[in-house]
Amino acid sequence: MKPRQKRAAIIVGGLAAVGLSAYFVLNAFQSNLVFFFTPSQVEAGDAPTNRAFRVGGMVKTGSIHRDNLTVSFIVTDTIKEVPVTYTGILPDLFREGKGVVAQGQIKGDGKFTASEVLAKHDENYMPPEAQHALDQAAIEKASKTLK
Amino acid sequence: MIPELGHFALILTLLVGAAMGGLSLAGGQRGRADWMALARPGAQALFLLTGFSFLCLAYSFYVNDFSVMYVAQHSNTKLPVIYRIAAVWGGHEGSLLLWLLMLTAWMMAVSLFSSQLPEVMVSRVLGVLALIAVGFLLFMLLTSSPFTRLTDIPADGRDLNPLLQDPGLVFHPPMLYMGYVGMSIPFAFSIAALLNGRLDAAWARWTRPWATAAWICLTIGIAMGSWWAYYELGWGGWWFWDPVENASFLPWLVGTALMHSLAVTEKRGLFRSWTIMLSLIAFSLSLLGTFLVRSGVLTSVHAFATDPKRGVFILIFLVVVVGSSLLLFAARAGKVRSGGSFALVSRETFLLVNNVLLTTAAAAVLLGTLYPLIIDALNLGKLSVGPPYFNSVFAPIMTPVMFFMVIGSYARWKSDNVKDLAKKLQPVAITSLVLGCALPFLAGPWSPLVAMGLSLAIWLVLASAVQIYRQVKDTVNWRSTPISYWGMHVAHIGVAVFVVGVTMVKGYETEKDVRMTIGDTVEVGGYTFRLTGITKVPGPNYNADRGAVELIKGDRVLKVLHPEKRTYFSSTMPMTEAAIDSGLTRDVYVSLGEKLEGDGKPAWAMRVYHKPFIVWIWFGCFFMAIGGGMAALDKRYRRKVVAKLGLGKVKGAMA
Repeated sequence: MKPRQKRAAIIVGGLAAVGLSAYFVLNAFQSNLVFFFTPSQVEAGDAPTNRAFRVGGMVKTGSIHRDNLTVSFIVTDTIKEVPVTYTGILPDLFREGKGVVAQGQIKGDGKFTASEVLAKHDENYMPPEAQHALDQAAIEKASKTLK
Repeated sequence: MIPELGHFALILTLLVGAAMGGLSLAGGQRGRADWMALARPGAQALFLLTGFSFLCLAYSFYVNDFSVMYVAQHSNTKLPVIYRIAAVWGGHEGSLLLWLLMLTAWMMAVSLFSSQLPEVMVSRVLGVLALIAVGFLLFMLLTSSPFTRLTDIPADGRDLNPLLQDPGLVFHPPMLYMGYVGMSIPFAFSIAALLNGRLDAAWARWTRPWATAAWICLTIGIAMGSWWAYYELGWGGWWFWDPVENASFLPWLVGTALMHSLAVTEKRGLFRSWTIMLSLIAFSLSLLGTFLVRSGVLTSVHAFATDPKRGVFILIFLVVVVGSSLLLFAARAGKVRSGGSFALVSRETFLLVNNVLLTTAAAAVLLGTLYPLIIDALNLGKLSVGPPYFNSVFAPIMTPVMFFMVIGSYARWKSDNVKDLAKKLQPVAITSLVLGCALPFLAGPWSPLVAMGLSLAIWLVLASAVQIYRQVKDTVNWRSTPISYWGMHVAHIGVAVFVVGVTMVKGYETEKDVRMTIGDTVEVGGYTFRLTGITKVPGPNYNADRGAVELIKGDRVLKVLHPEKRTYFSSTMPMTEAAIDSGLTRDVYVSLGEKLEGDGKPAWAMRVYHKPFIVWIWFGCFFMAIGGGMAALDKRYRRKVVAKLGLGKVKGAMA
């Protein structure tokens, strides 16, 4: 093969490899992006059904109920609430009145079933997303009182 | 008094660093020997000053000086002494001081072990490093000083986060920082070469051991972090593709590519631009990692809860460092580009292919890590990219890397032919394929992924074994083979061991969440677990509920495991201490969940795991590090170049 043809072959091969890996990466990306919604957004129907997403806010005081290994609690952003069910062991820092982020799906019955409840590392630390949900709600409330 | 001395030492370090850095670099540009001569003693002074400052902070922790804000936030009178010292780097400000200490320690090492380098090179390298240190010092002194005093002195501190009260804190951050910071050395060497306008095989020979040393520290640091997360966090996971884990993994990937690229530059003078680019990228990724952890944009068990203002400073610093280095590269790349060629089938090609693959893997991981941050910054929503993405892109990219690793080590430099290679490798290929497909039957249900993983691992091991055998048998004086050759094989075998661990754990691990009362049993992975009791046990600064779980195989009780749930006095936060029985072929893992009400008898939620071959993961990393160590200590890096002036015989060649 002449050197020029060899170089052309290498370039084409390189581009094909890059294209292939880009395709794989973006494909994996699409199916694995998990969006976050505030409880208000979930109540408004913004969240997808039958696809994993995250919801976060505060655990409503008095809402934790345990039945064997299944726990149900309510995530609130002080305006709207989302009931969550989770089967498994909860992280140590999960408690009423503290921030929480749960990842799961809204199944056919319209209820949110969590596959993961996210832990924080410090009892004073609020996950940024949960804080965001609370902030959005506060803005909502403030704009309502101004009207 | 002591904290003020420490603070003053930092200010002095800043001044010395700025002076020395500026003069060393200027001296290199102008050829002024007197300015260049400041480099070595300057580096040593920086290390001593930073060390003194560090000791002042450590002393404040030791004597429980709660008038220092940082000590009050991260320590407590009841905290055991060793964790009081380790708490020095348990928070943002102190960890920066550790970063700085590591940087000056590396500078000290370069100043001591660089007698064979020309003075211009040394002064430029140390000058660049000093300027980086100045950047960090400015950051510390202006926004995050660990020596800030409180006017309202608390009676007792807030305590160190219980998750950190573990031997892991003593070893993991220092080791990891050594690696992160170590990447600045090849960076500095590259900048020096670009400033010099010349790059040759000698430059590669000087840079290579430093790049390897940094890589070794990163390898051990990451492995330690993984192991610590495994036994500490209580969920049996060992890698979560957490943004901060990725932040350490990215420089490791690029560092691996860099090490191998340096091999080509050293041996054949090729890949020069590629090598420089990789070293610039590796350190940039290190800095990016530092930024990510401290900016407050991440939800992570690793994130320092700190304010975004500091993040802005580091971002500016990052832009300045990366931007100026890339500009310099763009300006000078033409001068350092290599000539020479290599055939389509040659060792160079396979090294290049693997380097490209490693860089691609790093890019994919970087994309997944940064994408949520970018989307959030643009206010397009909040999303996260979870482990499934990373797993599905990383594995397919690494598979060809492992395949080509072997072929590359068999291929000759410059040119080889396919028939020869195929002939040499055919028996190894067939054996590894057969064994890889057959072995899974012994472990459990057959799966193609497990077969592939095992085949690749055996492919690596067998190929290395055959090469080692050939070397011993066919070389007349095999004992004088350079140690770096054996190092290469040890490291590659380490990769194989790691892959075996990952494959077997991913393929065959089992886990169960159960509700257990006293006397209940559960079966996992061929073992039976019986809960025999829960007792209250006090600790130095906590109270614990301690379970006794019998590990039973068949009829025999092998062991009693003691998982704990601790409540620390300083906070109401409970913490899980898992009980692990480790073995070469499997780990058995029990962790205590919450106490469950109902049904009269007290019951507990328990999580039980069986993880086959999981320790192979960390053993593999350990072997990789050993192999790297053997390669870095090769004699050729320490031999003093015999001077051409005829003084050679007097100076001699140092072994």
